[in-house]
Amino acid sequence: MKTPLILLILALMAIGAYVAGRARSHALSRTSKVKTHSRPAYHSAYVALAGLLPAVLVLIVWSIASPIYIDRTVRATLPSDLRIDQASEALNYGTVSIVARGVEQLTEAEIAAAQAGTVKWPELLVSKAVPVAADVRPEIIQAALKRTAMDAASHKAMAAVCIVVAALGAFLGYRRLAPSFRARNHIEKLMLVTLALCSTIAILTTVGIVVSMLSEATRFFAMVPMHEFFFGTVWDPRFAAAGAGGEGGQFGLIPLLAGTLYIAFFAMLCAVPVGLLSAIYMAEYASPRVRNLAKPALELLAGIPTIVYGFFALVTVGPFLRDISAELNGLVTGNYTNFIQAQSVLTAGIVMGIMLIPFVSSLSDDIITQVPRALRDGSLGLGATRSETIKRVILPAALPGIVSALLLTASRAVGETMIVVLAAGVAARLSPNPFEPMTTVTVKIVNQLTGDLEFTSPQTLVAFALGITLFAITLALNIYALYIVRKYREQYE
Amino acid sequence: MSDAVTLTGMPAQARRDIGIKRRYAAERRFRAYGIIAMAVGLFFLAALIFSVVSKGYTAFVQTTITLPIEFTEKDVDPDNKRGENPAVLAQGDFAKLIKQGLAKRLGFDPSDRKSAKLATAMISDSARTDLRDMLVADPSLVGKTVNVSLLAEGNIDSANKGQIDLSVPEARRKVKDKQLEWMKTLRDAGDLTKAFNTGLFTNGASSRPEAAGLGVAAMGSLFMMVTVFVLSLPIGVAASIYLEEFAPKNRLTDLIEVNINNLAAVPSIVYGLLGLSIFINFAGMPRSAALVGGLVLTLMTLPTIIIATRASLKAVPPSIRSAALGLGASKMQTIFHHVLPLAMPGILTGTIIGLAHALGETAPLLLIGMVAFVADFPATPLEPSTALPVQIYMWANEAERAFTERTSGAIIVLLTFLILMNLGAILLRRRFERRW
Repeated sequence: MKTPLILLILALMAIGAYVAGRARSHALSRTSKVKTHSRPAYHSAYVALAGLLPAVLVLIVWSIASPIYIDRTVRATLPSDLRIDQASEALNYGTVSIVARGVEQLTEAEIAAAQAGTVKWPELLVSKAVPVAADVRPEIIQAALKRTAMDAASHKAMAAVCIVVAALGAFLGYRRLAPSFRARNHIEKLMLVTLALCSTIAILTTVGIVVSMLSEATRFFAMVPMHEFFFGTVWDPRFAAAGAGGEGGQFGLIPLLAGTLYIAFFAMLCAVPVGLLSAIYMAEYASPRVRNLAKPALELLAGIPTIVYGFFALVTVGPFLRDISAELNGLVTGNYTNFIQAQSVLTAGIVMGIMLIPFVSSLSDDIITQVPRALRDGSLGLGATRSETIKRVILPAALPGIVSALLLTASRAVGETMIVVLAAGVAARLSPNPFEPMTTVTVKIVNQLTGDLEFTSPQTLVAFALGITLFAITLALNIYALYIVRKYREQYE
Repeated sequence: MSDAVTLTGMPAQARRDIGIKRRYAAERRFRAYGIIAMAVGLFFLAALIFSVVSKGYTAFVQTTITLPIEFTEKDVDPDNKRGENPAVLAQGDFAKLIKQGLAKRLGFDPSDRKSAKLATAMISDSARTDLRDMLVADPSLVGKTVNVSLLAEGNIDSANKGQIDLSVPEARRKVKDKQLEWMKTLRDAGDLTKAFNTGLFTNGASSRPEAAGLGVAAMGSLFMMVTVFVLSLPIGVAASIYLEEFAPKNRLTDLIEVNINNLAAVPSIVYGLLGLSIFINFAGMPRSAALVGGLVLTLMTLPTIIIATRASLKAVPPSIRSAALGLGASKMQTIFHHVLPLAMPGILTGTIIGLAHALGETAPLLLIGMVAFVADFPATPLEPSTALPVQIYMWANEAERAFTERTSGAIIVLLTFLILMNLGAILLRRRFERRW
């Protein structure tokens, strides 16, 4: 019996329990002299959940525990020459799993024929489109048969236990129904627990990010020493080959980090003046009509997916910069070769800067408008012009908030992927020339993880080491920014 | 009365120079900077949209060539076996049928290999499968001549749309003079036409630009959006209700709060790494599946939804809660019967904006293997599929001219979806917004 079918049966049982509970509750409220404590809906929900919850719990525990137990038992039946070391055991057990999947498609008659020797096992399996070598060891076939049998038995037992538990739970719940029974309180407590569990998902996600990346990164650092990764100046991972180990590849973080920071620097150079000045203009000068038009238009930039910016950089900005640099070069020296490459730090920086304009402007706009009116009026009243008020009073008052907005923006620039994948190039080089391509941490994560993955090779695992580095950088920026914002908010509230 | 003294005692010209002119000039300059900055921002927006639309609007029409195709028996069923096994029809020589059709229509000798090569190059390779499917669906066509509209090859399509520079010498041009001449003949006879490009919306991936479409990617995106909606709305709302209404103020809830704010700012690619390592490597889910993509995007959008939901729960005035509690409702009843319905428009608005964000997200999907060549429609979320933004990424990496047009077309489609979702959110807010 498959798990979805069991779930369906349990759901039907729960509906049945709900109906029974409802009928009983109505009967109680008619016959009893005292008023029932809970409304019928709570009574019936209680009966249904009393059956459903324990059964689902059993189902989950069983589904996790039983494959582990079956794996252990079946692995133990493999002869010792198929289990020389971990790799060979994993390989042979993989074959067992493939054969077992094939065996599941066979009818009983076919299995009996194969066991009796009238049909050859490999031929039978290949006829079911199962990729098995002709000389597959009989022990493997037997292990696969054992595994299928155990699986089937386990599923049957699981179904039986679940149904019994559900019936028992519903029955006990039904027995408890009485006019004075506080079903609502039970249900509400359960709801509260569910709500609280849902709110821990944020922590679980963070823990998941840190644990998953740390564990993979640790495996990487077991193959490549940490100092070679963090202080290496050459990025040349070579290709991932199964079983080749880490030799030959060089995993230096420095060129990637330099590229990331260089591009982020150009992006900020482009986004901060434009974003900040337009925020100031919109908050302090613009008439409501201009503001109502310009603010959503600028925020439109924030809603455009980054892949669109990447494409814009690739087909419009990059070629434009390349051609204009060729023209400039020609005008000055007479030699019409371009000195800006189509894929370059500058291209990626400018386009990323465009993407960041709305972040800077809307975050700073919020902060500037939060500065109390009294500060502004005081300054204007003393005869300062508007720009003097802005420069000498408002900006200093809003400075912590603006700094935190800029930090959040910088964290976005560091973590941005699609623009740099398309516009920055893949060459990991250390060069101060912004007109040439450089690559970033995010580009290399994407490069290392697209295509065939080999979770034992450093070429794949390095992506997680890069990921944890990226996570650490952005986390530090975000937390510092949030800390400043919190502190700043308290000042004016 | 010192004021009066200065005013009357001194002539106006002799007033102390307090640099008012300089200060006003600075004021004007500063104002101009602001206007320039805003103009620059808006200029970039316009440039971006113009660049995409001008390159992409032509992707919505496609050139087709109508040819008289004769399904000659000796080419599609040489051994006359279709009576017993209709499947033999699928093995016919459809390239030859097209060549004969072209020869008949354009009037060249089919044995003239040079002309034949140039002529067949005008028809998309996908036309062969189209003819095959047509014949298999209707075997009675054998021996008959039918006028069939076939997709033109990508370069011919570009030339027909006037995108190929004809001043370039013929040797370096993708479209030869002879082909241009034929195109003119066909166009004058009304056999070379531009029609609305339905293939863009129904086809799957293809290495030939003229036959490539967004259908599979849109399906994958739809599966993912459904997954994200079904998971993130209830979980997000539940988490927000707990944090906003029940959670005691202690270190744990403080930690959760910081966590949510931080997760909203974690780079999306990190979620891709999380999905790869937890869902695919650890839990053994299939790579390239829309379900995994949906789960990753759910984790990514949850913080946004939680933040929006908490804001709209906060906006419900406390008097509503007090009234319900005063009439004897339990706290849970107060929230689920009174507060939540009032907060729902705001919650849905936040959810739609979160979904729109998830729809355009590309980077995490690349890591979980959704960047794949998928030509068949996925029937379930567990089958390999791609997504709209990933399809854009894949096309953007193709070198051919016609793919640039497709990419821009796909971007227009994606942006249209996003605009529709955002408009929906705005309308929802307008319609149900309450001012307390």
